[in-house]
Amino acid sequence: MDSYRWNWQVFWNTVDYGGEQYYQWLVSGLLLTIATSLLAWCLALFLGILLGVCTTTPLKWVCWIGDIYVEVFRNIPLIVQMFLWFFVLPEILPPSWGNWLKTGLPFPEFYTAVFSLAFFTAARIAEQVKAGIMSIPLGQKSAGLAMGFTLLQVYRYILLPCVLRIMIPPLTSEFINIFKNSSVALTIGLLELMATGQQVNEYTFQGMEVFSVVTLLYVGIALVVNAIMAGIEERVKIPGYLEGR
Amino acid sequence: MESFDGSVLWFSLPYLWKGLQYSLFLTFTAMVGGIICGSFLAMARLSGIRIIERLASLYVNFFRSIPLILVIFWLYFLVPLLLQGMTKTEQPITIGPDQTALISFILFESAYYCEIIRAGIQSVPSGQRNAAKALGLNYLQQMRYVIMPQAFHTMLPVLLTQTIVLFQDTSLVYVISGTDFLGAASKIAQRDSRLVEMYTFVALVYFILCYLVSQGVKRLQHQPSFKV
Repeated sequence: MDSYRWNWQVFWNTVDYGGEQYYQWLVSGLLLTIATSLLAWCLALFLGILLGVCTTTPLKWVCWIGDIYVEVFRNIPLIVQMFLWFFVLPEILPPSWGNWLKTGLPFPEFYTAVFSLAFFTAARIAEQVKAGIMSIPLGQKSAGLAMGFTLLQVYRYILLPCVLRIMIPPLTSEFINIFKNSSVALTIGLLELMATGQQVNEYTFQGMEVFSVVTLLYVGIALVVNAIMAGIEERVKIPGYLEGR
Repeated sequence: MESFDGSVLWFSLPYLWKGLQYSLFLTFTAMVGGIICGSFLAMARLSGIRIIERLASLYVNFFRSIPLILVIFWLYFLVPLLLQGMTKTEQPITIGPDQTALISFILFESAYYCEIIRAGIQSVPSGQRNAAKALGLNYLQQMRYVIMPQAFHTMLPVLLTQTIVLFQDTSLVYVISGTDFLGAASKIAQRDSRLVEMYTFVALVYFILCYLVSQGVKRLQHQPSFKV
């Protein structure tokens, strides 16, 4: 390591062309990572809960849709899924749609990243919703139905409020995962944090400093997400409900 | 859309097979390495010695909060520098993507295996530990002969599930141009501009392999001795 020349000032150096400073690249990467992940998270949460509910309904074919979705999206690596959406989908759609995806859509790598992350994560959330609903005693559902609730109301007022509370710890790790997984989007050309970090390294050869900062940012994101989710868990806690589980 | 050309798949099968073999090799080696390191980490996390517990949990939490790609890049960049420092040569010594990938996967996955094994150890009733202690076994012997065999037994399905995740993760060696299954396919895809055929095929193969193994794990879980 003796020969390595440390230079923490490197982030304030100006890029040869364009006049930006390197730290600005990292900031824009960080913002893009956050934007991609948050947008994907909202979609994934919505879709995941919907699919999880589907897999527990009494309707056979609705269950199948949910189960098939989960199996397909869990058993293909995320990077391959991104390639499918990015490289394959525009080719197999009708030409006019495909061309729109390739040239008409602004910022295609961003939307591809958001949707593939969302679809991938939704499968994992659906699994947890399913397990959560199964863990609630059947009596709850029966009691709801006996009170004259429709099935939809049983889910809305009885099952989901309990399940979502139980699910906060696993959801926290999925939330952190989506930030980590967003780094895979560099393979389709999205300039998120990891990609900009690598770029700064290639321009400056100061990998130690650059990767240290990128690492700290990812760890920071994980800590913030953890704190937020712990706060939410505290906030929505029903006294006495989860004890003894 | 141009017509789907299956012949490119046929001609490239030997190359793809090599890639898949490499993916499987990487998965297997990283699994063995990860489980070994993970076991020691788990024992460290439950050792009862404050500082060792702290260090082990710092390691685990650190690796669980950063992306695998970052670990791969770190090693790709760092290891040549370290080797240069150790051997005192002029130029950084480059190591191939294969070694980089293997080391990063072991480092990264051992954090995940550690958590699984820790849960396994904790699921063993404390009477077992006390009985082992009463028989005069020391900590390592208690672990080796009494606790670990039971912990591994209960955790086998979860360990296998994690290995499926690991198998999928090996596709990320793409970022350092490793020739795993996906890497092999994408090299041919780009050379022959046959992206649709190659990536669809890759997705299908990954799906079939992971689906079959995960179904196997599910059946395993339904056997009475694996009910936790």
